[in-house]
Amino acid sequence: MALRERLQELHDRGLADIKKGDSLDRINEIRVQLLGKKGPITQALRGLRDVSAEERPKIGSFANQIRDELTAAIEERNQELKKAAINAKLASETLDVTLPGTPVAQGQPHVIQRIIDQLEDMFLGMGYQVVDGPEVEDDHHNFEMMNLPKDHPARDMQDTFYITPEILMRTHTSPNQARAMEAHDFSKGPLKMISPGRVYRRDTDDATHSHQFHQVEGLVIDKHVTMADLKGTLEMVAANLFGDEFDVRLRPSYFPFTEPSVEADITCFNCMGKGCAVCKNTGWIEVLGAGMVHPNVLKMAGVDSSVYGGFAFGLGPDRFAMLKYGVDDIRNFYLNDTRFLTQFYKRG
Amino acid sequence: MKVSMDWLNEYLTLDVDPQTLGEKIERTAVEVDQVYKMSDGMSKLVVGETLSVEPHPDSDHLHICQVDVGEDEPLQIVCGAPNVATGQKVIVALPGAWIAGHHKIKKSKMRGVASNGMLCALQEIGFDEKIAPKAYDEGIYILPADSENGSSVFPILGMDDDIVETDLTPNRGDMNSMNGTAWEVGAIYGKTPKMPTFSLNEDGSRKVSDLLQFSVDAALAPTYKMRVVSGVTIQDSPLWLQKRLWEAGMRPINNIVDVTNYIMLTYGQPLHAFDYDKLSSHHIHVRLADAGEHLTTLDGENRTLRDSDMVIADDKHAIAIAGTMGGLDTEIDDNTTTIAIESAIFDPIKIRKTARFFNLHSEASMRFERGVNKDDNQNALDHAAALMAELGLGQTEQGTGVGSDTPVEPAKVSVTLTRINHVLGTQLTVDQVQNIFDHLNFPTDNDGETFNVTVPARRWDIHIEADLFEEVARLYGYDNIPSTLPYGTMTPGALTFKQRIIRDSRRLLEGAGLNQAISYALTTTAKAEQFMMRDSEPTELAFPMSTDHTTARMNLISGLLDDIAYNVARKQKNVALYEQGRVFYRDGDAIRPLEVEHIAGAVTGALTKKTWHAEADTVDFYGIKGIVDLFLHDMGLSKPVHYEATQAHAQMHPGRTADIYVGDQAVGFVGQVHPEIASDYKIPDTYVFELNLQALIDAPHDQQQYEPISKFPDVTRDIAILVDQSVTNADVVALINKRGGAHLADVQLFDVYEGVHLPTGKKSLAYTLTYRDRQATLVEADVTKAFDKVTAALEKEFDAEIR
Ligand SMILES: [Zn+2]
Repeated sequence: MALRERLQELHDRGLADIKKGDSLDRINEIRVQLLGKKGPITQALRGLRDVSAEERPKIGSFANQIRDELTAAIEERNQELKKAAINAKLASETLDVTLPGTPVAQGQPHVIQRIIDQLEDMFLGMGYQVVDGPEVEDDHHNFEMMNLPKDHPARDMQDTFYITPEILMRTHTSPNQARAMEAHDFSKGPLKMISPGRVYRRDTDDATHSHQFHQVEGLVIDKHVTMADLKGTLEMVAANLFGDEFDVRLRPSYFPFTEPSVEADITCFNCMGKGCAVCKNTGWIEVLGAGMVHPNVLKMAGVDSSVYGGFAFGLGPDRFAMLKYGVDDIRNFYLNDTRFLTQFYKRG
Repeated sequence: MKVSMDWLNEYLTLDVDPQTLGEKIERTAVEVDQVYKMSDGMSKLVVGETLSVEPHPDSDHLHICQVDVGEDEPLQIVCGAPNVATGQKVIVALPGAWIAGHHKIKKSKMRGVASNGMLCALQEIGFDEKIAPKAYDEGIYILPADSENGSSVFPILGMDDDIVETDLTPNRGDMNSMNGTAWEVGAIYGKTPKMPTFSLNEDGSRKVSDLLQFSVDAALAPTYKMRVVSGVTIQDSPLWLQKRLWEAGMRPINNIVDVTNYIMLTYGQPLHAFDYDKLSSHHIHVRLADAGEHLTTLDGENRTLRDSDMVIADDKHAIAIAGTMGGLDTEIDDNTTTIAIESAIFDPIKIRKTARFFNLHSEASMRFERGVNKDDNQNALDHAAALMAELGLGQTEQGTGVGSDTPVEPAKVSVTLTRINHVLGTQLTVDQVQNIFDHLNFPTDNDGETFNVTVPARRWDIHIEADLFEEVARLYGYDNIPSTLPYGTMTPGALTFKQRIIRDSRRLLEGAGLNQAISYALTTTAKAEQFMMRDSEPTELAFPMSTDHTTARMNLISGLLDDIAYNVARKQKNVALYEQGRVFYRDGDAIRPLEVEHIAGAVTGALTKKTWHAEADTVDFYGIKGIVDLFLHDMGLSKPVHYEATQAHAQMHPGRTADIYVGDQAVGFVGQVHPEIASDYKIPDTYVFELNLQALIDAPHDQQQYEPISKFPDVTRDIAILVDQSVTNADVVALINKRGGAHLADVQLFDVYEGVHLPTGKKSLAYTLTYRDRQATLVEADVTKAFDKVTAALEKEFDAEIR
């Protein structure tokens, strides 16, 4: 057989063998067998001596071409087999991706804390400070400096846990108004503060009463702070906590430490103002008390009421949480049932 | 106050529906509890006439009545009322009628006899026991003889009248009367109310000054006056007067008592009527009681008075608790003929204290507490005398007996337009403001800027400029005030260092798997005193409401254990809580406690439950300690943290508790709750920690700085040693660090083994030591040299066997 024909045949048989090879080992075997130093192609090329000088380069070139083609085929087949092997391995590793993931322990902030934090963040953004004060207060700050002298009938509105005749569990966060005003240097600018905290009333615990609850006090004192500013601020609070779709309305009320005094209502969540049992068919729900700081309160805190004035408000995060999330029993906040605590994680 | 629209319409012509009026009052003056009719929810109640009343053959108390209800045929109705008789006008609930309590009347048979409706008592058509006239307590109500058969009973009884029930704030005592309410509603609608009129005819032959003498302490009763009406006949009041009373929630008694109440509703001036002939002397005293003095009040109670209670007395003894309740001895009864009417103003604070002490909160005491209009005091007395004489067919004796009559000057308050607009944020004009004061009927003049306002005595709540701002604001309307935000000098809004640490603490513990709890800060003294970190006296309430909440807590853990107990009792096995809040320490002689911020955690069961894929993350000592480690690491404290075994906490497991130190300052503890305490709380094994957060805030904190990462590789060496059980990990680590040489960067415990393969009393500890040189590659020989020193030290110090 002529050399060229022999090469051709090696080539064709080689390709067929490669194609049939079903493992990397087999392919390696074929490579060594075909292309090794003792392999048929190398052997065949030794026969070039017998070829005419004219034909020799052509056959040489043909032989090189065949060797290259076989090498490429081997490489290609190798890749195919590797890929198949990987695919087979991956197929064997398939999981049930619907099985649950491994739980990671994660706690939640208390729902009242969420409301307080949200309010703090809003007021911090408006340049307010957050201040705190003692939970065990003296009568002087809790009542007298709030324009509630001894024997004032409005003291009956806040049934008090006394420790001694002069020391008590604070009934509201309002004494922090007095404390903040006493401490503030008005030459450095306005006083803008909120003060969240626990307060205590001499109440029997039931679904709507708790001897312990929370308040957030707010106070702004400057040379020109208006009732309109109070209204705008309360609207911000409502929008921030409940959303833009809620309206705020003010009604006259009475607190000894503010004059004028107002109560703020917001659109009923339950019926969006149409009237329902929750809002006693008024379409409104009372959410907080506020007013312009009473001149007596300013005076007692050493602030010149002819120059400075401002507004104060007090709101109840417990009540807000009850309204916002439909919590029907205030005791839930203080019994700390984990099934209750872990509910409050959603954004809205 | 329950305000009748019919009555209000006598003052003002208002073309407004009651709901709208209620809304308007609520937005402008005071809260409105409800707007209603007494007939709400009821129907088909008509006048009937009993044509015949026969005894029921099968009953000893039922009657078979034929009742004319204005139809062709009478209705047969079986009735059990003892007072039913022929020829009465009665209230008939027709078949299909709704009566009180959502009760529907149906045709029925009573002991075999058809009954087509019901004859009603007032209680059955919604009258409260407390307001239905006493005469009809035990039976059906008898309507006036001229009532038309078949017509609705609602107008006859005033039940179709709209009632606007106001809920007054303490400052608006003026609205505790029809007059005051009319002034207010008039101001809202810009109308002037027509005040009540009467004609007083002093047709008696005697002078009151001859009938009564007075010794009145004007400090107790700034105003004290009496009139005398004689020759009266005690009888029921006319229906119009009874209706006024029961619509206002008061019970008709007789013509004299009803007049005092009617006048009180009209003027807000409480009156008291004494039976003149029952006075043991005609010298009336207003004085403080003698301590221990006795008086039997109208309700039959024998009361022991205090020397702070005001009384009305004759020469011998007290005859009334001033302004609160009359005495039984001088009560008006059916035989009374001569009435001494008292119209007084008493010290509101004394009244309040007395009413509170005796729990006698009456319509009268409530009005005295909130204030009485001095300007109407004489009118009320005169009007009462005129009406008693008229309704009792008697004569008014001449003149008024005056025990005291301290004048009240009207408040004069000036306010400028500039100030009003400055405070309200409005742009009101002179005319707008003047108009408001005019509508309030406050005599006011202005010079285009300053308003000089004379406040009538009926608005005793107004004294200062700010009070007038409120009048202007509410009558102008809060809806009309613009919405703005405070402007002026900018102020930074930022949390303080302390507030940031507190917030970060919460996040950190939540990240570690604990839920934030808020427990009661008031607990029992026993629980308040558990888990304490220092000596302290308890801070206890003087008058607690319940035995569970008497004392300010001195630890947070006990509250968390209460919470865990609550959960465990509800089958929640895995509970992980933390709380941040204050504890209240009080040193022996101090009155006020020190309030210290603490943070505490408590875990029972597992942080994460066992799943198909992972074991439960059950918390043990090292689990809770890991949380504390993380927490303290994140605090970035300058001084090192270390733990020391302690048996000092009585409520903690003596072998599984560590005190936590920052430097040499104790800042808290961590460990297992003593099993006996856990059993007291009815909880399973629970691990807790409590830290003095304030101490951590106050401790020095590291400044954050970047530490370059070494370019040269670390070299590590492992060592396992066999030591006595008594040698602690802390001892070993301390020694390794001490002897480790300049390049020792870290020591990590990676194995602890105690058990059968080791000699008794021994344990095996294994550590990885990491060596690092930031300047050069470590030379193997140098590391070996350093490591050998550690090995030698361990052998020497702890008699350790290197394994
Ligand atoms: Zn609603």
